[in-house]
Order: sequence, then structure tokens, then C-alpha cells
Amino acid sequence: MGAPDMDELSFTDSQLHFYVKDALKAAIQGDCDFYNQLVAVIHRKERLSAADVALLVTCLKAVTGAVSCIHISHHKSLLAAILRMSLWDYGTNVMDALLELLVALASSNGEHVNLCLEMLVSNFVPPSAYFEKHRGPSKKSEVLDRVHSTLIDIANLVPLSPLILEKIVRDKMPHVYVKEQPIVMYVENMLRLESGAMGELVGSMALIVLMDKLVELDVEIAWKDILEDDFQKDVFDFELEDLAEPADNFNQENKEFTREASMQRFCSGNHPEKLDSLMVLTFEHLKCCFETGRLVQVFEILLQSFRITVLTAYKSKFAQFVMFYACSLDPENCGKLFADALVDIFVNGVHPEWRMSAVAYLASYLARAKFLPVPLIAIMLERVVDWCSKYCKNWGSDINPKAQKVFYAGCQATMYVLCFRMKQMLAIPRLKSQLQLMQIDAILGHPLKPLQVCLPSIVDEFLRQAKENRVCFLPERLADQDFLESKHSTVFGGTEKLGMFFPFDPILLPNCDRYIRPNYVYWSMVRSSYDEEGTSDEDVADAYDCEDGMSIPDDRSGKGCDEEDCDADEFSPSFEKMSITPRDSSHRFGGRMPSRIRPSMSPESL
Amino acid sequence: MAGLEECEANLVVFLHPSKANCASDAILSELSSLLFTYNETFGGVVLAYDPSIRSNLAKIVPGTFPCFGVQLKAKLLLFNPKPDMVLEGEVVKLTPNSIHAVVLGFSSAVIADDDIRDEFKHKVKGGEEVYVSRTHRKHKIKVGAILRFTVKSFDEEILHISGSLLAPHTGGARWLDKNTDEWSRADSTATKRNTDKLLINGDTSMKNDEQIEKPKKRRRQQS
Repeated sequence: MGAPDMDELSFTDSQLHFYVKDALKAAIQGDCDFYNQLVAVIHRKERLSAADVALLVTCLKAVTGAVSCIHISHHKSLLAAILRMSLWDYGTNVMDALLELLVALASSNGEHVNLCLEMLVSNFVPPSAYFEKHRGPSKKSEVLDRVHSTLIDIANLVPLSPLILEKIVRDKMPHVYVKEQPIVMYVENMLRLESGAMGELVGSMALIVLMDKLVELDVEIAWKDILEDDFQKDVFDFELEDLAEPADNFNQENKEFTREASMQRFCSGNHPEKLDSLMVLTFEHLKCCFETGRLVQVFEILLQSFRITVLTAYKSKFAQFVMFYACSLDPENCGKLFADALVDIFVNGVHPEWRMSAVAYLASYLARAKFLPVPLIAIMLERVVDWCSKYCKNWGSDINPKAQKVFYAGCQATMYVLCFRMKQMLAIPRLKSQLQLMQIDAILGHPLKPLQVCLPSIVDEFLRQAKENRVCFLPERLADQDFLESKHSTVFGGTEKLGMFFPFDPILLPNCDRYIRPNYVYWSMVRSSYDEEGTSDEDVADAYDCEDGMSIPDDRSGKGCDEEDCDADEFSPSFEKMSITPRDSSHRFGGRMPSRIRPSMSPESL
Repeated sequence: MAGLEECEANLVVFLHPSKANCASDAILSELSSLLFTYNETFGGVVLAYDPSIRSNLAKIVPGTFPCFGVQLKAKLLLFNPKPDMVLEGEVVKLTPNSIHAVVLGFSSAVIADDDIRDEFKHKVKGGEEVYVSRTHRKHKIKVGAILRFTVKSFDEEILHISGSLLAPHTGGARWLDKNTDEWSRADSTATKRNTDKLLINGDTSMKNDEQIEKPKKRRRQQS
């Protein structure tokens, strides 16, 4: 039979595939007439009439019946035409016909599996024209639902295809410099794979690739983007300003100017916005995992990834909040797992910088996680203190910030946690005695002189609280300079300034902040809980329970936020330094520490 | 089943010095990286391994960083289908142009319509697709049934088998096992087939008495 003319086809579908088979075989011999017509039909994309669409569907179905005759090297143009079709350009009937063809192709010959899977993964993200045309969400679900069900169909027929899919998904992950919408959509698809039928096979890859991408974006955000301009007022007060009523903010033009300017400067770059969107996507995914009971397994993979990439990254800024949020969803399991892992790295780890990093994470986590039960915090603290105690029994020598940096990191971490949690711990009698048994004063009074090496702001605050609560008896810090770093503390932190690393300081990404805020301990909550003399236990509990850190006691002490600026109290400078990573006023290393910029949403969230 | 064989291999596994204190775990993970890939040295796809480490001593191999090589003997289960071997797999999909099956749970097999003998006809019964033999109405191939087929070719990279149902001893495994006489003589002409029918009728009664009871193969759940 001669090659029929495509426009005059009047055969039934079942007959047509015989013609296609003949055409394919003929094409190998050199007679490409019908073959070329077929390729031409499949190439058509623009402005298809109803008849064109019907023809296209018929051709695709015919080729589906003839896949066994398709040869990867002799029928390159046909395969290329099929594989460059984008599902986003067509209606559902073409989509269905095309996907059936892909399944048939993939299952007919091992050589085609790779190509078919690659084509499906490249359909995770629509062509750039899609975003400009602002098509509705229905198109998106039409395409993506079909893509994912086709991936599962192929996996049912070719059981080893998830192995190949894993590699393809990992390799096709967009670069950080790609625009926000495509990256977000790709990650959405990856997470859908993770929670789908193939989750067990490709899920851990998806999560690890996601964490890697978050850290990559995090690293792209330079610390200098977050820094404040040099201005007179002390930076720490920003966190306390959360308590102020909106009216106060607008009155103080200075603050508003700097806040707005900072927000603008920070979020104008691409990377913070991308990171913000991706992290929100991750948070939502974690919430779904929790609701379906899978969070612990997912968390274990995240923890693995944390150990390898986040912990070892140079001062990750926000990516670690993924762990924080996951822990907040399930404090009993994930919350405890995370704390355990950090203590373990500190106590048993080998690499000194990672141990310091781990204890910095632990300290910041125990201080800031509102959802952790106080007894658990006490247990973790005890393990750190035990290690410090054993350490200093073996070392009798004098102060040596460089060599004993892990020890000093441990001491600083202990003091930092106690600055936030001391009142809470003392409120429970069992923990109070546990605290007293830890003999922290023995460690802090040791010849290694941790009080002189650790950050002065933390030391001062700790000593002040310890004295007030009669927890332990220690001398006041001797030097009374107002610098935030003593000459020793700069050495112990090293060039990486690990001594000034507080990873769970308030997050600067506006959308993420909404998720984190309800589970977060702000310094203002701690400060106001002992702002007045004779705070009862209930007041302490109240202060922590307050949402958003608004916990100004009603008029009892008469101290409001407004007054603190005028407050010449000798305590206030070091007091407020506790809120966040202190700023390095010495300019010694040329870089400065980050400070808090209030997220633009915060007045509304109050 | 044909295509499966056991072999014993003398192996040397080279481990990074960081694994020195968990050598046995490291060895197992090295061996597991061999699984489900075709290995030319062994001549097949490694499906399972059973190592036995003789001694605790290992040789340190000098290099950029010193690795240590652990010698061990391992029993390996290999899968190496060759053309004309008869394999069995579970049917996962039927189309008018092909039959798809999965062998040993991991290897996909496809039989194109050119390789399905004319005896089988594709039908759609009650929404289900099925291949029915024209000569023996009870000989059916359905989704979930075990299919017996001959190997045409084996793609070593993706472990994909191309099979054929041309030979008379291929088809639905259950029916073939129950009716060995039917197909063992079922090649060629109608006359012969007719005489066979008479013989079969005569033989069936004897066969029932002598037949060894074959355990009923339960249909595996579709994945």
C-alpha cells in the first residue's frame, strides 16, 4: 500500500497503526514520505484548529500502537518531535494521548526510559510564556496531575525507573539564579513526589536536594545585606520594640526610617524572596507530613542533611529554621531528636569547629524554642555542663582561648540558655535542685576563666540573673568596658566568629516569620517576666505564654518600653544586649554582626 | 526458573580509612551498591549476596590516601537471561499491541504484538483486557496472572527483557502447568490436533490419577 496522504485519512485507529508501522519500517529503508508527514503533524503547535487537534490525537494514538517498531537511531526526528512537545501548550485530549504514548515508549524499550522520564520532569515547570500570560491554576493542576500519574504508571511497568527518575530530578534542579516562580514550582513537584506513591524511593533525595538548595540560597545572601546602617541608637532595642504599640513606632521617625530602609534593602534582592518562598513551601509540606503521621521519618532525613550541609555551612542564616519549624510541630519526637543530635555532636564529635557550631545551635535552640518542655531543656543543659565539668577537671592550666575553644563554647552556651530559661527552671523545685547540683559556679570559676573569655554581654547578663536568683555565687566580671567583645572572646571565636553565632535569632524573612512566631521565645518575653520585683511563678509562665512576645506587665512596675530609652539604669545596656547577636563595635575584622530587622508584617501581627 | 544462578566469588573490597572502625557495615554497603546492576565480571545482575569474611586482617594499599583492602568470599545470586530461555513474570499491563510483565519484581518485560502467536486474540471483557487463546478457551492471559515467555533479548543497562510468546510452551503459566499434554503436542496441522484431541480425552482420566498435585498459585496482588 502506498503512503496515504495525512489529510485524507479515513481509517479507524486500529488500522492506522499498521500504516505507521509500515512507515517506520520504510523509513529505515529510506522511504520517508509518510514518516515525514507524521513528524510534521506532531510538530504543529501554534493555533491548532479542532480538526488539527483531532489529527494530532489520532497520530499520537497511531504511533502508540507502533512503538515496538520505533528505533532510537533511525527515527530520531520522530522521537525528537514527540519529546519536545510541552504538555502546557495543549488541551487535555492531546495531553492524554501524548502521555499514553510516553508510557508505551518507556515500557517498550529500555533505551527510551531515560528520554521519557526527562521529558516528564521538564514538564514540571511550564515554559516562561506561561507565567507572563497568567493562566489560571486549573491548567497547572491539569498538567501536573497527569505528569505525576504518568510517572507512577511508568514505575509500575518499569520497576527500576525510580532510580533513573531520582537522578534526573536531582540533575534538573534549577540553579539559584533562575527566577523565583520556576524554582518554586519545581520544588513543589519534588515535594509532591516525596509525598506520593514513589515517596519511599525518591523522597529522601527530594528532601536532601531541597535542603541543599536552601543552604545554597542562604549562602548567596551576604551578611552585609542584613546589616544595619551605622546609627547612634543601640541595635538591640529593635527586638524590644515589638512590644511597642503601633502608634509609638510611627512617632519615632528615626526608627521607622531605618527599619523601612533596611527592609527595602534586604528584600530587594532576589535571593531572600526565593528563600522565603521555598521555606514557606517546605513548612507547608512539613505540616502535611505531620498531619499524615510521617513527620518523624521525614525529620530523620532532614536531620541527616542538617548534619552534613547546614551544620557545616559557614553560619547558615535562615535555612535552619526548617528544623525549628519541624520540631515545633512535634516537640516530643522531633524536638527531642534534634536536641539529642546536637548534644551528641558537641560531646562526641571530632571536628572542633563543628562541635562549636553544634553547641551554638543547641544553645540558641534551647533558648528560643517555646514548645520545648523545661525539664527537657534542663536535661540537655546538664549533659553540656557534665562535659564541661569533666573537661575542666582534666585541664588545670590558665586561660587559653584558642586551644580550649570548644570548652569556652560550651560555657557560653550554658550561660546563654540560662539567661533565657533560668527563671523558668527555678520555678520548678525539682529543676531548681538539678540546677544547683550542676555546680556551674565550679566550672565558671575554674582557672580556665571562662567568664573572661566568653562574650561579655552574655556573661554580664548571666551573672546579674545568677546573683538575683541566688543560684550560684560568682564574682562580678572584673573589666567593666562596654565593648561587646573582650580581647579574649575574639580569639576564642576565631576568624569565623563562632563565638558570636546565634543561629535561631529572630528570622528576617517576612513570610517565614509568621510560621515561626507562635513558637518563638523573644527576649522581650524573658525580660518582662522579671522586669518587676517579686515576680510570682504565674507571671513567669504568663510571660512565656503570651503570643508574639507582648508581655508588658500591666502598670505594676510602671515600666513600659517607652521608658527604657530614658532609663539610665546601669543594667539596661547589657540587659538589652541579650536580645540578639551583639554588634561588633570594634570593627576589628571589617565585618559586622547581623542585627534584627523587624519584618514588615509585625505591626499587623501584634 | 531459568536465568538464575548462584556463584561464589573471591572479592577484595577497598575501604576508606574512615571506615576502619565499622568495616563490616562498610563492606555490606559496598556490596549493596552492586545490586540490581549488570556486572560483566560476574556475568549477570547481582540480586543477593552472602559474604563471609575470613580474617580480621586487611592489606593497606598505598595511594593518594591509604585504603585498606579486605578479602572476602561471597556467594552471589545472579540473574542472566539469555535468548531462548524461558522466564516467568507477573502481567502488569495488556494492550492490543503488547503485553507487559515484571520478572522477579524488578525487571520489566515486554512482548510486542509481532511476537505474540496468532493463537492469542486480544479481547475486552467486562472492561478488562485479556488475551484468550482461540483454540483453548480456558487459556487466558490476564493482568495479575503469571506469564511464561521466551527471552528474545536483554537490555543490560535498564534490565529490560524483550520476550516472545511464539513458542507453544509459552503463555499463561497456570494453564500450561495444568495442561502439559495440550501444548507439548500442539504444533502444526489441524489433523494432528484432532487426533491429539482424541488422545487427550483418553489420557485425561489416567492423568488425573497420576497427576502430582500442584499447589495453587495465588494471584499476586497488583502493585
